Amino acid sequence: MVLIFGIPLQALLGQLLVGLINGSFYAMLSLGLAVIFGLLRIINFAHGALYMLGAFVGYLLLVYFSIGFWPSLILAPLAVGLFGIIIERVALSRLYDLDHLYGLLFTFGLALVIEGTFRYYFGASGQPYAMPALLSSGTNLGFMFLPNYRVFIVVASLVVCIATWFLIEKTRLGAYLRAATENPTLVRVFGINVPLLLTVTYGLGAALAGLAGILAAPIYQVSPLMGTNIVIVVFAVVVVGGMGSIGGAIIMGYMLGIFEGLTKVFYPEASNIVIFVIMAIVLLIRPAGLFGKIT
Amino acid sequence: MSEGRNLLSVRGLNAWYGGGHALHGVDLDVHKGETVTLIGRNGVGKTTTLRAIMGIIAKRTGEVRFDGQDLMTVPLHRIAHRGIGFVPEERGIFATLTVEENLFLPPLIAKGGISIDEIYELFPNLKERRASAGIQLSGGEQQMLAIARILRSGVKLLLLDEPTEGLAPVIVQRIGEILRTVKARGMTVLLVEQNFQFAAKVADRFYLMDQGLVVESFPTSELLARQAKLNEFLGV
Amino acid sequence: MADTNLALPVERSTVAPYKILFLVMAIVLLVAAPWFFYPIFLMKVLCFALFAAAFNLLLGYTGLLSFGHAAFFGGAAYFTSHAVTVWSWRPELGLLFGVAGAAALGLVIGFLAIRRKGIYFGMITLALAQMFYFFCLQAPFTHGEDGIQGVPRGNLFGVIPLGDTLNMYFFVLAVFLIGLFAIYRIVHSPFGMIVKAIRENENRAISLGYSVGAYKLAIFVMSAALTGLAGGAKALVFQFATLNDVTWQMSGEVILMALLGGIGTLIGPLVGATLVVTLQTYLATSVFPVTIVMGLTFMVCVLTFRRGVVGEFYHSRTGRGLTQKDGD
Repeated sequence: MVLIFGIPLQALLGQLLVGLINGSFYAMLSLGLAVIFGLLRIINFAHGALYMLGAFVGYLLLVYFSIGFWPSLILAPLAVGLFGIIIERVALSRLYDLDHLYGLLFTFGLALVIEGTFRYYFGASGQPYAMPALLSSGTNLGFMFLPNYRVFIVVASLVVCIATWFLIEKTRLGAYLRAATENPTLVRVFGINVPLLLTVTYGLGAALAGLAGILAAPIYQVSPLMGTNIVIVVFAVVVVGGMGSIGGAIIMGYMLGIFEGLTKVFYPEASNIVIFVIMAIVLLIRPAGLFGKIT
Repeated sequence: MSEGRNLLSVRGLNAWYGGGHALHGVDLDVHKGETVTLIGRNGVGKTTTLRAIMGIIAKRTGEVRFDGQDLMTVPLHRIAHRGIGFVPEERGIFATLTVEENLFLPPLIAKGGISIDEIYELFPNLKERRASAGIQLSGGEQQMLAIARILRSGVKLLLLDEPTEGLAPVIVQRIGEILRTVKARGMTVLLVEQNFQFAAKVADRFYLMDQGLVVESFPTSELLARQAKLNEFLGV
Repeated sequence: MADTNLALPVERSTVAPYKILFLVMAIVLLVAAPWFFYPIFLMKVLCFALFAAAFNLLLGYTGLLSFGHAAFFGGAAYFTSHAVTVWSWRPELGLLFGVAGAAALGLVIGFLAIRRKGIYFGMITLALAQMFYFFCLQAPFTHGEDGIQGVPRGNLFGVIPLGDTLNMYFFVLAVFLIGLFAIYRIVHSPFGMIVKAIRENENRAISLGYSVGAYKLAIFVMSAALTGLAGGAKALVFQFATLNDVTWQMSGEVILMALLGGIGTLIGPLVGATLVVTLQTYLATSVFPVTIVMGLTFMVCVLTFRRGVVGEFYHSRTGRGLTQKDGD
């Protein structure tokens, strides 16, 4: 048996994969948070609830309409994105001129309502969601067994993150978004419908959370509480990465996920808090975050 | 003065800014193809006039007509689409966007804008630096970019706020050339300018502002005769 | 304009005669209350009112929104419970130990969090408090999911048995009044004035030579210590300390209390705490989940009712005309 620092290689690689999976979700969620924060200046506390909502849309489509994983992969983000658009139009758009903390408080309340409602109807326990048949098997690499679905998650999240990064950094729409982040009034003066841009952005961020949710459904259970703790971890991730940076959010998401996985191998007791410890250290050394500027 | 020639007509424009009453009933007209300059001491409401015409200052009353159509009820992001472009005093170059992204930011409003090739011909510096971030440009380059991106969008009327402020004489001269090119193409310009010499070279008419009002109007041909009085008035 | 800032300077610094009258009447009512209401419920209200007031000391007067005050509340509950249960300390000393523990925790969390402002401050306090939650989940002395059970109330100063409900009530009332008095003194002290000045214009305070960070940290630690007072008292009242009090939901609850009552007012958090605790007690017997009601209250408050109950009252009575020109 191969040992690294006294740890069997299989265990190490296994936890590395678990960390990479968690990191994939952290990356997708912190990316959405950063996109929303960049333009709306709102910290979306409801991000975890939207993630949960994505998983539940998939679950409900399966149970009531027998719609499977693949269509849900499109439908769940669409539904959650639409929900986000309604929330932005009805409520968030009224808060832009106020202290940004009100946005945080509103979305906190929203998270309580969404999670409370699902808990009321479905209880606190998780509902299983079958893995898509296409990906249910795995590959034996000789030194470890690699479940296909987990590989799919990592690839899918990478594709989504890169696509979103490309959309924001390299396209005309992305240029509008970045310009509106700097000076929304001037962008409006140029004839661009900034209020619409804000709505679309929140919808996009919500859809990203929904997509993460439906991807998570087959490996974690579908539970009303699945988003409550992850949103706080993701907050720590964006503090470490620096909120202003899309790339920073993505990279830190994966890195901290892997770090967490490795901690499970070497010092399991600390695996829950390692991300917060890293956040504390980063705050001491570089308060603006590793990729950020103080704003 | 026939109404048909008026591209922009402003009547009794009042505006409130930061709790204060900044404009007290501004009247002015800009005819098609004209270059008109607003002059006046600091703080008399020249910039506020441009911002109120554009709708950036929401708290305003009075009448603003463009091509005969009312602008007062048009939402901010629709005003540009009527054919008005704004170059703010602080230039408003987006620091995180490249020069090219800045150039392409204002959507095309109408045909007849200056094509990107012509823009790069007019502003060779911008072509050279098109991949640089906006924040890396010099003051002169920023001003060129601020004007260029509006010219590309095909607007009929250009609102230009102190384009020569803080720039080297060579650059000021260059901006003057560009404004004459723009004029030759039939574009209309409403300019706010402190630099007389510069304004005299590009403007057809002047409006003198004081305390939130237009107090005098005269053609450029009278500028020389009025120079001494104006210098006294403006405290130059 | 006042609407755009979370911290509303509604408090007047002069003490009008009617205020003293109100104060005397309020104390008389509180003394008489246990003969009319269920004392445990009253003590719960007092503990949460002090918690909300201590939280508001930070938010209302510095503009710093902490999303992690549960760490101080629940942490002090553990510290006090441990001291009186395992070490058999007297209740007042156990309470002081809880306060000291919360202050120490506040020093660590505050030291890290004040490095950022606004939204980041909220997120950092939330994350650090969550870290403390996981610590409590795993540390042996908290007994994990079970919590510390059967905490003895003991004898106050070694003589007054707090097992007696009325004795306990008056002890909690005394703790509550001392805590409120401390908050009042802090707010109206020269120190409090500087803290408010920092909120109004941090750069000016820096240029005047104040070490802004030290002031922020000091008020943060004070807020944490007073929160600890409330948390320790609550542990003695209910005779247990559990994980529930260190969760982020608890941090959210205290924000709701302050927001509902009126941020930046002295009385607002007390009113808010009373409303929330009453609501929770009422809903505890119904099937309808408390979290939904709390969440809805949050949303409605933020959208329509940002000054809170007390803030709106002040605004309608004395603030009219003063702030209207700012487009309120």
